[in-house]
Amino acid sequence: MRNSTTRDFIVGLFVLAGLGAIAYLSLSVGGIANPGKGGIALYATFDDIANLRPRAPVELAGVTVGQVTGITLNDSYRARVDFVMDPRIALPVDSSASIVTAGLLGDRYILLQAGAEDAFLQEGEEIAYTESALVLERMVGKFLVNVEDDPK
Amino acid sequence: MIEAVAFVGRKALAFVEHLGRIALFTTRCVATALRPPFRFHRLVEELYKLGVLSLVIITVSGVAVGMVLALQGYNTLVRFGSEEALGAVVGLSLVRELGPVLTALLTTGRAGSATAAEIGTMVATQQLDGLRMMSVDPMDYVVRPKAMAMTLVMPMLGALFTTAAIFGAYLVGVALMGIDGGTYMTSLEDAIDFRNDVAGSLLKTLLFGGIVGLVATYRGYTCAPTSEGVSSATTSTVVIASVTVLIADYFFTALWGV
Amino acid sequence: MAESAYTRDSAASRDEDHVLLDDVSMAYGDRPVFENLSFGFPRGKISVVLGGSGSGKTTILKLIGGLVRPDTGRVVVEGDDVTRMKERELYVVREKLGMMFQGGALLDSMTVFDNVAFPLRERSRRNKHEIADKVHNRLRSVGLHDVDDLLPSELSGGMVKRVALARALILDPVIVLIDEPFSGLDPVTVKLIEALFVKINRESGMTMILSSHHIPTTMRMADNVIMILQGDAIRGTPRELARSRDARIRRFLTEEVAEEDVLERVDQLQVEAGPSGRSGG
Repeated sequence: MRNSTTRDFIVGLFVLAGLGAIAYLSLSVGGIANPGKGGIALYATFDDIANLRPRAPVELAGVTVGQVTGITLNDSYRARVDFVMDPRIALPVDSSASIVTAGLLGDRYILLQAGAEDAFLQEGEEIAYTESALVLERMVGKFLVNVEDDPK
Repeated sequence: MIEAVAFVGRKALAFVEHLGRIALFTTRCVATALRPPFRFHRLVEELYKLGVLSLVIITVSGVAVGMVLALQGYNTLVRFGSEEALGAVVGLSLVRELGPVLTALLTTGRAGSATAAEIGTMVATQQLDGLRMMSVDPMDYVVRPKAMAMTLVMPMLGALFTTAAIFGAYLVGVALMGIDGGTYMTSLEDAIDFRNDVAGSLLKTLLFGGIVGLVATYRGYTCAPTSEGVSSATTSTVVIASVTVLIADYFFTALWGV
Repeated sequence: MAESAYTRDSAASRDEDHVLLDDVSMAYGDRPVFENLSFGFPRGKISVVLGGSGSGKTTILKLIGGLVRPDTGRVVVEGDDVTRMKERELYVVREKLGMMFQGGALLDSMTVFDNVAFPLRERSRRNKHEIADKVHNRLRSVGLHDVDDLLPSELSGGMVKRVALARALILDPVIVLIDEPFSGLDPVTVKLIEALFVKINRESGMTMILSSHHIPTTMRMADNVIMILQGDAIRGTPRELARSRDARIRRFLTEEVAEEDVLERVDQLQVEAGPSGRSGG
């Protein structure tokens, strides 16, 4: 008749398969693999971050080196973006950060460009040079104004 | 005229009474779940009946849905020249919505109706009364293992469905449409975030599992002890569970996105 | 016990009554089933609640088992009023009861062995060998051998009833409730089951309470009969009832017997007509 051991074994396999699928989705696909594993916390302030979101990637030369951890408003009505970065990377103090879009329809992320100084940013310091997000409407507005001013 | 209004009133009262009964049933079920004996053996038996036996429909449907998604997605994206985003499109729609919801609906149809029918038949053949006379609480012996198994099984089935679908989409996108496999996987992995997407997806499946488990056991438990009663319990389980899952999906998604 | 034609009990209970119904009324919705019934079942005897379909005899068994509650009145089982009890308390009382349901009510996903062993595994702390011994003894006492691995769906009607009886008796209860044991059985099996009841009662002294509409067996084996007629309960021994002058009782006994005869006649005719199924002359 129904062998209980066989059935228990099959259920065990099923549970393993199910948990395996969950693990795959979480780790491999979802990329839960540890950012902020002892990273250095830095921050930068922007005039306009557009729709940059927390957990957005931070890239340097196209390589993901960190993640945005928090977005707040500071006292002078600018956006302060906190992020953690891989501690093995030494970022010169005159590096810049800009907010760019991944592709035409993509999400915003932070692009770092390394500076040339010999001194490096320490834990908790600010990136001085920033470039705000390019907002499409403003660009179009500017373009239209320029066209009007420029009689052909 | 008065008749019509009275009718509405009666229906409303009946509905509220019904909700009350469901709430009481749920409380009893949860209370039983927290008390020994825990009857792991029964739980394993139900995991087999609800989970393992649903594997075929879940994996086959998963692959099929993935394939269709890839087909549709590709045809649309190609118009914007964004076909490398196929992985992201497929992955996000599956993980966030299609995976949990479709798994829940498929499982309702297969395992949910089977559960309601089984319990209903036990009512009709006096097996539940038999258990009571042997000093065994049917809530403890029959309802609890089934409801718990359904709740636990749903995240696993959901993950298997989504994985199968990702694979199905891969087949169509890469093997058929010629997208680069690496691009597909990278696009997929980049777009999906654990906290926003996968975690929410898993919680959703847990919630749906609980809903289906409770509806199916409730309808079976309270069904009339006739063959029409059992049949009505089965069909109403599928209808009620499906609608509740879809409504819960909306509320969960709205709240989770906060 | 009185020698008169029949006795109708009031609330006065007899000392030897093991189970007592006191002023019990029940109605399903608007339909009353019975009102103000009071009678008892003597200890150690075979009692039969006799009545036609829908007379409420199964309901009486359910009342004793605590599966339903009466609208009014008390039901006393071994000194405890089960109408006042919560579910948890009922489970304690039920450990002294065994119930054999009309359709058997065996758990259809389990084998015969597991079904009969179920109460042992739930309620007692015995090891595998003790359980196996008890189960096999019980099955043998109802005349079943080598049925351990069969499923209920693989059993004949008579076998199902016997397994259900074995299960009801496995914990050696003091009171056994038996619901319509003879329904749907052929005459040979009826006699077999009847013999089993009598044997078990004589050997163990269990109080047996049956609900039945089968008159011949009732008359043969019951020590005590409660006849439910139009909502009234009439108590007496089979002999008292058979000698009764009451028109209702006579009509009931003879009508039912007549129906019995007709059915047997039809069976005979079909046997004569042969397997083609066409009724003969």
